Amino acid sequence: MKIVVCVKQVPDTAEVRINPETGTLIREGVPSIINPFDMHAIEAGLQIREKAGGTVTVLTMGPPQADAALREAISMGADAAVLLSDRAFAGSDTWATSYTLSKAIEKLGADIIICGKQAIDGDTAQVGPETAEFLKIPHISFIRKIEEVTQDSIRVQRLMDDGYDIVESGLPVLLTVVKELNEPRLPSLKGKMAAKKADIKKWGPADIMAEENNIGLKGSPTQVKNIFTPEPRTGKRMLEGTPEEIVDVLLRELRQMKCV
Amino acid sequence: MRIEINRDKCSGCEECISSCPFEAIVMHEGKALINELCQICKMCITVCPEGAITEIDEGEEQKTVQEGKGVWVFAEQREGKVASIAFELLGAGRRLADELKVELSALLFGSSRLEAENLVKWGADKVYFCDNPIFEKFNDEPHAQLLSDLITRYRPEIVIAGATPIGRSFLPRVAARLRTGLTADCTSLAIDSETGNLLQIRPAFGGNIMATILCPDCRPQMATVRPRVMKKGEYREDRKGEIITVNADNLISRTRVIESVKDVCEIAVNLHEVDIIVSGGRGLGEPKGFKLLEELAGLLGGAVGASRAAVDSGWIQYRHQVGQTGKTVCPKLYIACGISGAVQHLVGMQSSDTIIAINKNPDAPIFNVASFGVVGDVYEIIPLLIKRLKESRETGNP
Repeated sequence: MKIVVCVKQVPDTAEVRINPETGTLIREGVPSIINPFDMHAIEAGLQIREKAGGTVTVLTMGPPQADAALREAISMGADAAVLLSDRAFAGSDTWATSYTLSKAIEKLGADIIICGKQAIDGDTAQVGPETAEFLKIPHISFIRKIEEVTQDSIRVQRLMDDGYDIVESGLPVLLTVVKELNEPRLPSLKGKMAAKKADIKKWGPADIMAEENNIGLKGSPTQVKNIFTPEPRTGKRMLEGTPEEIVDVLLRELRQMKCV
Repeated sequence: MRIEINRDKCSGCEECISSCPFEAIVMHEGKALINELCQICKMCITVCPEGAITEIDEGEEQKTVQEGKGVWVFAEQREGKVASIAFELLGAGRRLADELKVELSALLFGSSRLEAENLVKWGADKVYFCDNPIFEKFNDEPHAQLLSDLITRYRPEIVIAGATPIGRSFLPRVAARLRTGLTADCTSLAIDSETGNLLQIRPAFGGNIMATILCPDCRPQMATVRPRVMKKGEYREDRKGEIITVNADNLISRTRVIESVKDVCEIAVNLHEVDIIVSGGRGLGEPKGFKLLEELAGLLGGAVGASRAAVDSGWIQYRHQVGQTGKTVCPKLYIACGISGAVQHLVGMQSSDTIIAINKNPDAPIFNVASFGVVGDVYEIIPLLIKRLKESRETGNP
């Protein structure tokens, strides 16, 4: 069983600030982490390997520093890692990112591809399904439980607004996972040693035979026109007095909002 | 710019034909041939195993946007019933279509003709309706395939769908296939008066910033729209429109839904659908605090939410979690009980219309986003509020 887990190194969004003059993000000094949902994807990959055998390869596209995210994944138990890094990949939107990942996955070969449901910096949740489309394989989004994996099929629970669906698919398949799925393991000592020594492959466009017009800024149909900070909420009112008085005001407001 | 196939290199494998979203490649004397439907999307170049297809730059580079006309709304359904997001999309879509002076169409896959007619009353000029039984349960592939086919055939300029588990799952496949942009989870849509492009506004970086996204050179411009942000369309019993029945054969799905399990819960957990959310955090101190919140939510007809701290403590299930790694919600009223307001929680609820925050700590960051702040004990305020709500209900004097 060949398992590929796609991860993204993201800034810890709790720490992101905006440059008020340029309206751009200040990423300097913001700690980088593995996208939290991707931690669950890595764990899912490792658990499938433990049951069904095979290898877990972690794949990311990003700057050279993303090497750290891959080593962290190896310290958790991944077997190998690939870094897609080249200036030509810069400026990719979800279309170009998915195309690029799919070319790398084609080269690696995979029975199961696992992604976090979305990255916390972009929050699009699009790269998983788009990658599946480029690979011409089915995908199942928002998985909260993996019920069964065999050598050629999988049965999972997919989170929906009103509950969940039990969904079956043949392999290969791409899965996107939510946090509820599992608890990511901590790196082991042996894993940490392996991470230090690991030889991480670094691939550029030529290594994955990517078409120049489909990658980076050139391959991205969408453009960011501008970025702005949302207006802060105004008109905050602190309620004071006895609990009875406070509840009186709350009830009045609830009635005004027609919530009662 | 044009695409050319080298007839000597072409092996006639037909890979390019199946890759072409525009049916622009045909077989001619055992070799592939590009016809006038070509949109220069270059999909064929990528798939050709012989490297026989190339792009010829004829010098007069001139960016021409692929033509398209009309605004489309994907109306999702669950068990045959159209979801409320569809009416919100029709409200937003109507506004865009009127501004562009074009038609507004809805797409309904599965469900019934009656529901299709209902979409007209909610503002659609046309409804493309397909009642193929494959749409009874949600599977991504047939949805992506039929929507892509219809877009290729009718060429709308804008396609919007709900940013729901359904819309967010299959729309990306359509965008990938058609080589166009898709903007996720928009909270505002407008037309740029100069260019006629769709301005797609969405939160990014956990809601810390807003971004305006454009898709200037590809059509259609596609977006998913956050539920409960757009105003519903205007329902008019007498509105007339056209229902177009779409026949779709050869749709396949390699995934299969075996069973749909509904949440068994007395109180709704569908946080995207309710007007009121009563949410609890670590400040509740113990799991039974949620019993109290459930009671209040029940009285108000709302649902129960939770902070990550409460979920991680095992007091309530993950599906109730609001925030960055849970759900993003924007109800009319959000009551935060014992939630301190970590950024990761705030980004998931700060766009609620009204926020009431109850917390013992006067410096809790939740108060920064609150409309009404109460520095006090949840176990004092909430039971009293419940009591007073029950009393007014009994006396019939709200």
